[in-house]
Amino acid sequence: MTIQFNDETFYGDFTFKNSDWAIKRFPFPFHEDSYMYSVNMEPHKSYRPGSVFERTFDVDEHYVSEMKDRARVLANDPLRCQSLPHMTLAGWDLVELIMEAKAAEYPDLFELHKDGNRWRWVNKPLGIDDTFTFLDESTLPYGPMEYITRQTQGDFAVLDQRDDNLWMDAGMVTTQADWSLDFDIGMNFFEWHAPVPKAHEMGIFVRALKFLLNIQQGQPARRLNWTMTVNPLLDTSPENYHKWGVMKQGLTMENIGEKQHLRVELQTFFRLPRSNALVFPIRCYLISFNDLVTVPKWARRLHRVIRDLPEELATYKGFIDNRPLMVEWLSQFDDGTPTSDGIWPDDD
Amino acid sequence: MSKTEFPPSITSRPVYGELEARSGSGHLMIADAEGAEAILDLANSADADFWAKAHIIYIPKKTGTKYSSQLEALGAGKYYAGPSYEAAQSRIRRALQDCHMGTQVYLSGTESLMGQAMAEATAAGIPHTAIQTEHRGSTARRMQCVHCKGITEDVTTDPFECSHCGLSLFVRDHYSRRLAAFQGVRVDAEDPGNIPEKVELFK
Repeated sequence: MTIQFNDETFYGDFTFKNSDWAIKRFPFPFHEDSYMYSVNMEPHKSYRPGSVFERTFDVDEHYVSEMKDRARVLANDPLRCQSLPHMTLAGWDLVELIMEAKAAEYPDLFELHKDGNRWRWVNKPLGIDDTFTFLDESTLPYGPMEYITRQTQGDFAVLDQRDDNLWMDAGMVTTQADWSLDFDIGMNFFEWHAPVPKAHEMGIFVRALKFLLNIQQGQPARRLNWTMTVNPLLDTSPENYHKWGVMKQGLTMENIGEKQHLRVELQTFFRLPRSNALVFPIRCYLISFNDLVTVPKWARRLHRVIRDLPEELATYKGFIDNRPLMVEWLSQFDDGTPTSDGIWPDDD
Repeated sequence: MSKTEFPPSITSRPVYGELEARSGSGHLMIADAEGAEAILDLANSADADFWAKAHIIYIPKKTGTKYSSQLEALGAGKYYAGPSYEAAQSRIRRALQDCHMGTQVYLSGTESLMGQAMAEATAAGIPHTAIQTEHRGSTARRMQCVHCKGITEDVTTDPFECSHCGLSLFVRDHYSRRLAAFQGVRVDAEDPGNIPEKVELFK
């Protein structure tokens, strides 16, 4: 299938929209009618053709516009992309991982031709045709991690592994749920998760770290996470919170369906072969409440999850003030009938 | 007594111990204000030959001469008192660069001093197992504004005004060792102008 790439914005006039195809394949994150933290990891194996779980790095109709948005954010704030000096090799590992996966899984969009260490990379949607020497930084216009992540949807945290811990020593972060790479770079797994309420006491991070430290090459894992965003804003960074925070005001029963978006992160985890680093892509999918409730099962379930969510989580996720309105609006679409297990729409 | 019991906090917030004299090829001691008390306490248990190998870098801040003569009287091989951390920074870097294998590093006083000196020591390759810390004196915080990235020293209230961009920021416990700073975030971002009254949280 050839993808029709949207021409859309994720700021200002917010022309972002999902096609019917994108709505149908949206990674709805709730497999039951309630939500609590869990490690919820599963193997990142190809699953359900057409779904966001089919390919190693999902490419969808938002690709080209998301990459433009990333370039815009980086021009305003170059500190969104940082790599400590010992992480360059991991950046090359990531170049190889992404180029090989995309060329193999989307041959109509991407090509990789290798002649020893001389590589030619063709990215048709972005109009890139570059030849470079693998492992020679001077042959690329950016450092290797920055080069490839300017061409790949999702944020990337590249984690060094030492002292039985993971260290956030490199990253490309322009579509984040309110955390700062510039502040967190160099932190270990427990430090950068420090502000998350409840999960430490529940032992979530100890178990998650144990799992992640043992991820092997060729055995990637994945999980979903979620939050809420008013307007389809990819860059909900703390750096710009003084600009976007105010958007949370002014929701009404009339405009909430259009403005309020469920924000889902498809998080994947790959071991990198030369550096033994772990790369942690965090891919953001947005869907408006209006589009979400076109799937009756999702509408009923989202109503119940938001209504019953513990107050601490609604506060941490930043929508405690708007929760009553969300619940009231969503309740129109919940007739109380049971929902089936799992995340997929019923008509499938 | 200037010791502070910090309430339990999140996992990025540093915790501090008590200085003890250890055996080592050298002893680099960096302290500010009431941090001098930790060094003076340590002196009670240090061996006689400890001080010849010691280098004390001290920033009295508002304590003036209250501790400096006592510190000087310890007889350290090198003793320096300076007007500010910034003024002492090049000396601190040089002292860390000159450290030999087995040098012990002792940091005491405010979180700002310990955090900055810790970052310097780590960057200089001193193993964390050779660095001790002890908090004394002011609990004022060194804050980074997440918006403009400017650092405001000696923050005692929540919220406070960023000394660079002027936004009113609330004080988080989230702490970066690389920046040696806590994070400040605009308090009225969602409701501009609605700034809560300042509370003195730190002294």
